[in-house]
Amino acid sequence: MAEPYLQVDPVLSDYRRWFLRGVRTAFSVPMLILMSAFVGFAGLARESGISLGQTVFMTGMVWALPAKVVLLGAIMSGASLPAAAFAVALSSVRLTPMVVSLVPELRAQKTRPVVLYLLSHFVAVTSWVLAMEHMRGVPRPVRTAWYCGLGGTLVAVNVVTVAVVYMLAGVLPPMLSAALLMLTPLYFLTSLWGSSRERASHYAMVFGLVLGPVFHIVTPGFDLLAAGVVGGSAAYLLHRFVRAKNGRAGGGA
Amino acid sequence: MTFTAFDAWWWPYLFILAAGWLATDGFRFLGVYFGGRLSEDSEALVVVRALATALVAAVIGNLVVFPSGALAEAPLWMRIGSVAIGFAGYLALRKSVLFGILIGEAVLLAGLFAIGFTG
Repeated sequence: MAEPYLQVDPVLSDYRRWFLRGVRTAFSVPMLILMSAFVGFAGLARESGISLGQTVFMTGMVWALPAKVVLLGAIMSGASLPAAAFAVALSSVRLTPMVVSLVPELRAQKTRPVVLYLLSHFVAVTSWVLAMEHMRGVPRPVRTAWYCGLGGTLVAVNVVTVAVVYMLAGVLPPMLSAALLMLTPLYFLTSLWGSSRERASHYAMVFGLVLGPVFHIVTPGFDLLAAGVVGGSAAYLLHRFVRAKNGRAGGGA
Repeated sequence: MTFTAFDAWWWPYLFILAAGWLATDGFRFLGVYFGGRLSEDSEALVVVRALATALVAAVIGNLVVFPSGALAEAPLWMRIGSVAIGFAGYLALRKSVLFGILIGEAVLLAGLFAIGFTG
């Protein structure tokens, strides 16, 4: 399919029109699933004792949900600032290749770098998936405006969701409150498994699930880092080992 | 230097900025800087994804085994059981995240109702 094409340089009304189309693209099934995850996050944040203002601030500034859940986990386990930052960084390295693959699609000839740096803040799994899926139908000169509408809407809708749920969570009966706190584990268990590209990530998930609670007892404060590094490395080595073994048995490929 | 180390109102925000925002947007900015010069399939990225996945999985494990709030009052076997059944449902039903969540929540709520859960 050929790229849609604007005859002349876009003017303000073009930017506005495509920004609004981006807003419309945001309202989708992936957004509903993401909202349910943020409902869970709001309940979790309230239970972990951080304030409404801090929760909203964290939602807008960090945005990527795994990073926020790791940050909350670190806060709850009493990690120091460097340990928390290191754990969050480890969970966010995966954003770099996502941005790398998005930028060539997003950029037009006249796009200023500062625009790309600002827009990159919106990159997290949901907006990335939606952008990669729909951007082909957007003329290149207005793609930044379109992605701004898409990413900005996802952030804004979920910031409001988090604030509302945080306030409501206090009046929930215990049974619903328990169910609310179960949303985050269920969401990540399923979505992480689905987004894993290779066996190594599946092994890593199993190792991490077991090692997290084990290290929580053995090395409180460093449990996440220890489980991430030990579990992740073991998963990678197992992945190499299985691949090498299959390679020999199957005669290469 | 934990989240609750200082009494000042700004300390938690600074903590979130340093440990959350900087540690996350730093890697987004790095992606813009690299532009199109990094391949999605390189072996180093397989390692990075494995570490990140194990880390987030560790948080999930802790949230199920050592939960906070009302969920902590539910028996451990019920928490693990509802997550396991939800995940099995996800795998069985064309890997639908939505179904996985709904099944896991339904099992938990049914279990809590059956034991007369009051928190």
